[in-house]
Amino acid sequence: MAKAGKDQGSNRPALALHVPEPKYRPGDTVDFSDLNITEPGEQPRPDEVCEARETYPLCTDLIRVLGDDNKAHGPWDPRLDADTLRRMLREMALVRAFDGRMYRAQRQGKTSFYMKCTGEEATSVCATHALAGDDMIFPSYRQQGCLIARGYSPVEMINQIYSNKGDKLKGRQLPIMYCSKRLSFFTISGNLATQLPQAVGFAMASASKGDSRIAATWVGEGSTAEGDFHSAMTFATVYNAPVIFNVINNQWAISSFSGFAGAERATFAARAIGYGIAGLRVDGNDPLAVYAAERWAADRARSNGGPTLIEHFTYRAEGHSTSDDPSAYRSAEERDEWPLGDPVMRLKNHLIALGEWSEEQQEAQDAELDQLVKDAQKEAEKNGILGHGLHHPFATMFEDVFEELPWHLKEQSEQAIRERAIKWPEGPAE
Amino acid sequence: MSQTDTTLSPAAEAGEARHMNMIEAINSALDVMLARDPDVILLGEDIGYFGGVFRCTAGLQEKHGKTRVFDTPISECGIIGVAVGMGAYGLRPVPEIQFADYIYPGLDQLISEAARLRYRSAGEFIAPMTVRSPFGGGIFGGQTHSQSPEAIFTHVSGLKTVIPATPYDAKGLLISCIEDNDPVIFFEPKRIYNGPFDGFYDKPAKSWKGRDDAQVPDGYYKVPLGKARKVTEGDQLTILAYGTMVHVSEAVCREKGVEADILDLRTLVPLDIEAIEASVERTGRCLIVHEATRTSGFGAELSALVTERCFYHLEAPVERVTGFDTPYPHSLEWAYFPGPVRIGEAIDKILAE
Repeated sequence: MAKAGKDQGSNRPALALHVPEPKYRPGDTVDFSDLNITEPGEQPRPDEVCEARETYPLCTDLIRVLGDDNKAHGPWDPRLDADTLRRMLREMALVRAFDGRMYRAQRQGKTSFYMKCTGEEATSVCATHALAGDDMIFPSYRQQGCLIARGYSPVEMINQIYSNKGDKLKGRQLPIMYCSKRLSFFTISGNLATQLPQAVGFAMASASKGDSRIAATWVGEGSTAEGDFHSAMTFATVYNAPVIFNVINNQWAISSFSGFAGAERATFAARAIGYGIAGLRVDGNDPLAVYAAERWAADRARSNGGPTLIEHFTYRAEGHSTSDDPSAYRSAEERDEWPLGDPVMRLKNHLIALGEWSEEQQEAQDAELDQLVKDAQKEAEKNGILGHGLHHPFATMFEDVFEELPWHLKEQSEQAIRERAIKWPEGPAE
Repeated sequence: MSQTDTTLSPAAEAGEARHMNMIEAINSALDVMLARDPDVILLGEDIGYFGGVFRCTAGLQEKHGKTRVFDTPISECGIIGVAVGMGAYGLRPVPEIQFADYIYPGLDQLISEAARLRYRSAGEFIAPMTVRSPFGGGIFGGQTHSQSPEAIFTHVSGLKTVIPATPYDAKGLLISCIEDNDPVIFFEPKRIYNGPFDGFYDKPAKSWKGRDDAQVPDGYYKVPLGKARKVTEGDQLTILAYGTMVHVSEAVCREKGVEADILDLRTLVPLDIEAIEASVERTGRCLIVHEATRTSGFGAELSALVTERCFYHLEAPVERVTGFDTPYPHSLEWAYFPGPVRIGEAIDKILAE
């Protein structure tokens, strides 16, 4: 209701609506110096089964391990062996190579859609390494690194992206909405944040059965505004569910900056404390810090210490998706000025500083991974690309709606097959 | 389609039959399944220690333990959402939504997740859950304790919708739902929890006592999903109904001396189309009765199906008796409720053609 007149509300001060505005728009000069990035190694590491409230200081600070000197510092250093570090580096680089090639494949019209995770590779790859292989992952759409870290075949991934006859999801799902029960990677949904209560339910089920598996779920900071975030946190704390919430704060939800999810007033990690859940805020571009925080939370969950929310503070270096142009809403300088650097480069430099890697090895590996993805793409293209006929038979469209085909779907399936003969008389009769 | 069809399971498993009202029958179904399958788990608001606001889960927590039967926070999206995750783990959750009117916060989880899990994962993950929820009016429940939202769910591919009309069916259908590997919405007509309601609101309430369809076996038995039940047989017209309206329709026909084929649909999706076609082709006339509001209600689907499939057998237009297209009112409940007068008028109209 509009204010009726000057006399309404008498001499009380006029209220003002605050609509958040990001600091930098296209063309602006970027200055991130006020982000207050703390020194690596300074953050204390409490016991995994501490009271949730004891983690509050870690919800406002930033857990960091890797310094500008490319060395690991402080109590959060996970002290991983060089083989593990090299494996994480390789997988992050593979994710990046894969993203690059699939982005181009979309531009070449081989598929309808793609989403990169550039700059966020550590938040999926390194977090997954901290989990057991059968811990259930409830991802959002930007965690291709979890699948890569669990050894999923790039050919299978591309088959899914191309919706071709090799796609084990039978061309039903939008590209990148992967699913692999074998690798404990839950089916990705387009509906944001729905996976959060589901992860809690999985964790509750595991606990109710006296199992040892835990659940880990990922969500963007933008989607924490969904009601499902609140219900998931409430159920997790009520039942002390063995679950990890990974909030990927990459600063942007399509065109909306994190202020539209409440970032101007509090960190996302701090939300945990109000629910009685442990919270950690980590440098999401620091592979060692990401691993260490996830490991802490996994150990806490596994010892019945309860749930943890980890805010991974990072930056979405690319557009939201192939349908997005970030130059329309944010300064192009942001990516270069981001003070936490690039996760792949930071781990590479760390390994070099340890004497366990070299620029030459990195270069050779990049070339090898590029070829690996190229070969996978070629292999997948034998099964077809989107819209070029090599899809699953029409009848498969009606399968799996229910366990068994009811009469009405049988009738509709017959109709689709009848129509096929009219629309594509030259096509195979299936 | 016999109402005491125990052919699916050995009589020995079904055990001795005794009188139960619908609440006791539902309680018995849950008790049987908790004992039978260690993966069955019950969750919902007030269902644990207290035993449910309608007593449907009374005594179950004490008997089966609080990790099998437990109270939840007041969050319908949370209840359905965690049930999806439990299903992904391999459990067979039976979440309760206290009133169907409050199922809406859980709709995203039901429509976008539970219903599509099998399809989008090509069968790798399933949601073998049964969402129980009291529904329907006739109890002065006003706007938010009376709704019949079944059409919202029948419109969603991947969901089954089941509504019992008798204690025998309530138990047998609920056991079938819990064992079914697809997500099922199980709506319990709360007006007939304690006795069949014939729509004559000014007469004393009846109980289930003395009725054959309230003789419920103690043990395990199933009533198959997707099969209608013939309530009465007659040549004058076919009446398609479910839940409370089965009893109202039956009473109206009795009062008017009309001989109708009354089909209690029991399952709306998947629908027993064969039973519907067979009946309408014989009677040539069809009346559809439901409490839910008219526009885009499930009656519209039934009417379209009957018209498409039985057109040359029809001797009169298919009629629908439904709730009015208004929110469910409190004081004017009996003006709203599709009771004997509205049904009687529709029958007269159909038979006059």
